[in-house]
Amino acid sequence: MSIAVGAEGHNVSMRYSGLAILANGLTGNRNWTEVWRKPEPKPSYDVVIVGGGGHGLATAYYLAKNYGVTNVAVLEKSYLGSGNVGRNTTIVRSNYLLPDNIAFYERSMQLWEGLAQELNYNTMVSQRGILNIVHSDAQRNAYVRRGNAMRLSGVDAELLTRGQVRDYLPYADFDNARFPIRGALMQKRAGTVRHDAVAWGYARGADSRGVDIIEHCGATGFRIEQGVIRGVETNRGFIGAKKVGLAVAGSTSRVAAFAGLKLPIEAHVIQAFVTEGIKPLIDHVVTFGAGHFYVSQSDKGGLVFGGDIDGYNSYAQRGNLPVVEDVTEGGLALFPNLGRLRVLRSWAGLLDMTMDGSPIFDKTGIEGLYLNCGWCYGGFKATPASGEAFAHLIAKDGPSDLIKPFRLDRYARGAVLDEKGMGAQTNLH
Amino acid sequence: MRINCPYCGMRDVAEFTYLGAADLKRPDPSAADAQQAFFEYAYLRDNPAGPFAELWYHGGGCRSWLRVVRDTRTHETLSAALEASAEPGAEDG
Amino acid sequence: MAKQPFRLKQGGIVDRSKTLRFKFDGRGYLGYQGDTLASALLANGVKLVGRSFKYHRPRGIYTAGPEEPNALVELRSGARLEPNTKATTVELFDGLEAASQNRWPSLKFDLLSINSLFSPFFGAGFYYKTFMWPASFWERVYEPLIRRSAGLGRASLQPDPDHYEKAFAHCDVLVIGSGPAGLMAALAAGRAGARVILAEEDFRFGGRLLYETLSIGWEAGLDWVNDVISELETLDNVRLMPRTTVYGVYDGGTYGAVERVNDAAQVPHAHIPRQRSWRILAKRAVLASGAIERGIAFPGNDLPGVMLGSAVRTYLTRFGVAPGKRAVVFASCDDGVETARVLAANGVEVAALVDTRKGIAPDAEAPWPVFAGAVVERAEGGRTLRGVAIRDSSGARLDIACDLLAICNGWNPLLHLTTHLGGRPVWDESLQAFTPGTLPQGTSVAGAAAGHLSLSESLSDGARLGAEAAQHLGFDAVTVELPAADEKKRTQSDSLWRVGASKSFAFVDLQNDVTTKDIELAKREGFGASEHVKRYTTLGMGTDQGKTANVVALGVLSELTARAIPDLGLPGFRPPYAPITWGAFAGHHRGQDFRPKRLPPSHVWAIENGAVFAEAGPWLRAQWYQRPDELSWQESVSREAAAVRRSVGVCDVSTLGKIDIQGPDAAAFLDRVYVNKFSTLKVGRARYGLMLREDGFAMDDGTTSRLGEQHFILTTTTANAGKVMQHLELCRQVLWPELNLRLVSVSDQWAQYSIAGPRARDVLAKFVDAPFNISNEGFPRMAAADLTICGGVRARLFRVSYSGELAYEIAVPSRYGDAAIRALMQAGAEFDITPYGTEALNVLRIEKGHVAGPEINGQNTARDLGLGGMVADKDCIGRVLAGRPALLESERPIFIGVRPLDASAQLAAGAHFIPNDASAVAANDEGYVTSVAFSPELGHDIGLGFLKRGQQRIGEHVRAVDLLRGADVECVICSPVFVDAEGERQRG
Repeated sequence: MSIAVGAEGHNVSMRYSGLAILANGLTGNRNWTEVWRKPEPKPSYDVVIVGGGGHGLATAYYLAKNYGVTNVAVLEKSYLGSGNVGRNTTIVRSNYLLPDNIAFYERSMQLWEGLAQELNYNTMVSQRGILNIVHSDAQRNAYVRRGNAMRLSGVDAELLTRGQVRDYLPYADFDNARFPIRGALMQKRAGTVRHDAVAWGYARGADSRGVDIIEHCGATGFRIEQGVIRGVETNRGFIGAKKVGLAVAGSTSRVAAFAGLKLPIEAHVIQAFVTEGIKPLIDHVVTFGAGHFYVSQSDKGGLVFGGDIDGYNSYAQRGNLPVVEDVTEGGLALFPNLGRLRVLRSWAGLLDMTMDGSPIFDKTGIEGLYLNCGWCYGGFKATPASGEAFAHLIAKDGPSDLIKPFRLDRYARGAVLDEKGMGAQTNLH
Repeated sequence: MRINCPYCGMRDVAEFTYLGAADLKRPDPSAADAQQAFFEYAYLRDNPAGPFAELWYHGGGCRSWLRVVRDTRTHETLSAALEASAEPGAEDG
Repeated sequence: MAKQPFRLKQGGIVDRSKTLRFKFDGRGYLGYQGDTLASALLANGVKLVGRSFKYHRPRGIYTAGPEEPNALVELRSGARLEPNTKATTVELFDGLEAASQNRWPSLKFDLLSINSLFSPFFGAGFYYKTFMWPASFWERVYEPLIRRSAGLGRASLQPDPDHYEKAFAHCDVLVIGSGPAGLMAALAAGRAGARVILAEEDFRFGGRLLYETLSIGWEAGLDWVNDVISELETLDNVRLMPRTTVYGVYDGGTYGAVERVNDAAQVPHAHIPRQRSWRILAKRAVLASGAIERGIAFPGNDLPGVMLGSAVRTYLTRFGVAPGKRAVVFASCDDGVETARVLAANGVEVAALVDTRKGIAPDAEAPWPVFAGAVVERAEGGRTLRGVAIRDSSGARLDIACDLLAICNGWNPLLHLTTHLGGRPVWDESLQAFTPGTLPQGTSVAGAAAGHLSLSESLSDGARLGAEAAQHLGFDAVTVELPAADEKKRTQSDSLWRVGASKSFAFVDLQNDVTTKDIELAKREGFGASEHVKRYTTLGMGTDQGKTANVVALGVLSELTARAIPDLGLPGFRPPYAPITWGAFAGHHRGQDFRPKRLPPSHVWAIENGAVFAEAGPWLRAQWYQRPDELSWQESVSREAAAVRRSVGVCDVSTLGKIDIQGPDAAAFLDRVYVNKFSTLKVGRARYGLMLREDGFAMDDGTTSRLGEQHFILTTTTANAGKVMQHLELCRQVLWPELNLRLVSVSDQWAQYSIAGPRARDVLAKFVDAPFNISNEGFPRMAAADLTICGGVRARLFRVSYSGELAYEIAVPSRYGDAAIRALMQAGAEFDITPYGTEALNVLRIEKGHVAGPEINGQNTARDLGLGGMVADKDCIGRVLAGRPALLESERPIFIGVRPLDASAQLAAGAHFIPNDASAVAANDEGYVTSVAFSPELGHDIGLGFLKRGQQRIGEHVRAVDLLRGADVECVICSPVFVDAEGERQRG
């Protein structure tokens, strides 16, 4: 079978700008081209990334950009961006407690900050700030410890008084709350990013550098010979690869099982919700400290909110009513003025929940097979740094300093990264 | 989701707390490789997509730990039984 | 106030004897009981009701139901303001006030309608390609502008004053929808004896029979509906639930529904909730939700005056309202003739019936002009429709003046609920529509929802499936006679999704202003999969959830890509089927009732004594007892702590978890769950214990007492009471079922008070019944006993000390809790007994260096806590993994005490330790402060925390740096035990 590919497989990507919109608008918008090509898979690649979500696409982008590795395919079992990159609540932040997590997520924040220009794609990075509301002295002490850890790592953090919180959120419940608002920890540089644009922008950036993005191509197995990876079996046939990177959070256990790996991961479902669109109301990301609820308002006007995972292993991509009620109750406890808004849609994503709540990057016992998984709640905000670090891991066959703490052996060694101190039980993180 | 508790009958999932995989076999702490065995016991998970035997605690009811077999793809509960099959001391009356 | 110029002289099922006043945009109008806001607006000739999302185009009323994309209003005002309310679903009530939204300065003249001039530049996804330069402008300029122009209505800034509640319902058969199929299903299942719930979204039962002029048997459809409802009302096993939207299907036969109990009033009646959220547990369900008519994309199809044919018939027949004076019907199916007939019968002039089908024979009898094989090419008008341009079968163009255009383009089964559990619909080529595919377990679909569009099919589907559901559950079969229905099998349309290609707007999604051009652009840019089209163009993301748009969009996309509709991706829907009020989901769990409050036994007494309370998980605990002369909390807390050290204090510690453990293997069990040994504990003694999680980190601590050879009482911290109980049950039932013991939580059964201070024994001596020997010899430190007090009240006494003073905890049955605190206060009066709260408790434990929640935070091992010495040489939960190499590293922060070098300086919990001469950066971070208190005993702040190599650094100086609050305090590292290091006081 011969496969027709363009000379270099490259796409001549047009530069986006206000001027381009003007010029195209005046000519009937007929000259816009595909944001990424739809190539047939080649027989083999230097690197195959399994998973065409945010992390996989970002990895391909940085492989091409930072390491010149362009003979790369990204395999996506459904349509591009159909997984968690399009099923999250779009929050980005680096307000962690443990120094290793702070450093990693702060790297991600820095990449977010220049991403629209870097990709020439408006990912709508909106650093509107996050407020973690405090409801007790003990909680304040814990947040102070966290905020100071952030500041020591050079990350912005502020402690707000009750009065300052009131200035930000005058309609919050300051008068009749079961758990009174006593202040907040704020990271002003945190915010939201338009999630789909991240997938599309990285896809465009990777594609224009020669990466083949192959949709509707699901991995069904790995070809491994003498402990060395040879390629990926897919529903569209075998695709050879010198190196294979897994970026399939939510399905990691299933895909890793093809290679015989058993991991410290459970699949869990998390629901999220959006209300009907309203005029600007909530200008920040806000988390409730006495229950499971967080919210931000999309640029389109809907309040995007979520809470805890449903709490049981699941691959069903849908949740149940107890959590819906728990989340909405938390929302009204914080903002009693939202009672008459209507919830428009709900959706659910599958999380790789690890045993310490922090992600995993590592080589595996199989030469040429690399892992990027275990993102728990933190996958979306990690996208740029994860792609950058995973590209390094694959290209250099070893982790950068930034992700050394995230290796698999940390559990056996006892060097867990347990932000909340919940222990080896995934659904508590 | 609902679980048919052997003591209490069909109950809403909100009454239960989830732990994870059933069939916990705590390793021998005196074995030479105890630390590795405990690591695997405490940290590694099969995480199957399909029927899965798991532990649920009926904290909002009889406080039994149940062994529930549930399909993780569909959330269908296939069976629910008491995990403590042996009831020591029961013969003492 | 105006009359109702478009109200027909007769007809409709509104109550013309009940006139209702309402206001729209400040102007007063009249309507009737039984109207919706939409029908009442149309009756008054109000056609322009809103502005569209992006281009601010004038919009009117397009449908007569929950699929409405255009007629969105702000209902009510002030704290009850409800944005984005569909006028087509609002039941009219007297005094209703509504306003148009998303327009400025007024509905008729909206400045942002200028946006449509720039539409070539505002195509799908244009914002991804621009607003990037200069970088800082995105957040400072562009995003705020976009946010302000987006959104629709406004949210209230005041708390919602209304009440909501939650309820559970159980039934054998849930019937969703009360059209002909639903009614027959309810009748069949109901007559068989099954417990039936019939849920109807509308405020009237009947479904399409409310607006179709069909007869069933010998009677009019509506009379048949009333007969069936009357019969169902007589059946005790049938519950009728109008105004109830079943919004979601969940696992295990769980259906979410919201009932609008009291929404059609300005203010809900007292003691009745506005809405009620139901969790319906149904063994079987019959979905009879009907079908929704779909539009056609052509230029001008969004003008006020353009309406779905079913809506036109609804306004005429159900509400007695003419939505226009001169109508054109644009049809691709037989509904066109019916619509024209109903229009004409009600006196509306039918200017033309434009039927896309070439094959239809023009009806010689038809009193209106029929154009077969013709299309409406565009609709013309300004703020409302003025006419249409049609292209006839010969290709000639005609302009026809009209103020109403009815579109009849076939039906989409309303199958949302069939997909909530992951089922996907199937494409029916003959219907040119999706029909239900895999169904949720126990669900069947009847009538139009199944794609069976005729009345006779609906009736027979309903009868059959209702009976089947009941039979399946063991009820005897009952035959339900099928009434004759006169409706022929209805033909579904040619597939017509769009007309022509033009430079004007041809809308697919009216609410989100998605046009055929947007879909074309999305396809051109590679967003050709149906999910990509949605995400790129925002198609179907509006408050109507794309109910009239999605299939049309797929049709357009199918033509553009030359791929069959089902190959573009099968639609799936997620709850809620229709937007659901946030308040209904939350029910009464808001404000003070967000979570239950737990009150310790001394609560009432504490209120009487000036207690200031704090939330401790679900508990409200006395934080301190404010005296009138005390100006700050610090003053009160220091007084209380000092009183304990000086004389005696009393504190309610009932919130601690208490677990009663009995059985021959109870001691062996405790040896396995605690790091230290309990099998060696003598009867009548208590011991402090520390338990770990299996991963080796500390989980909880507390004292456990041995009351008998096989009987222990274990205490947990307040926060972990439930968690420890669950853990111990896991150990007992799952890990070690061979051990013979039982556990029971007795936390709520015992009220418990700590009596601490040098005079504690003197107080208790007055309390215990003779001959109990409470002397130091008779009841030494760490003694525990069952006894009686106050002349026969059963009690337990433990000589344990958290404060480091001579101290006891006395437990009495909870019902004596209030009496006990009063009696203790009385007995202690001569020693100036002082009640102390959780703050003083905290001061006292910090002075003694006892670890608590801030230290046992799940991140520290026994070794980290300085309690490594407690770990006995035996197996216990967590022992093996606590020995992992990284947990034994010398650099791990270890528990220490800390005090400021300058006694007047303040310490802060959450500050980090930085070496004296080092800069405050993460690389120099050596640990952190967990707990801080002002010690009245020492006269300065003291703290506990964790510091690298801490125990080897006693006496060293480090800084406690709190960058958040700008504090940088030089400290001395010391033993965590600040007071009575030798522990003499508690022995006395």
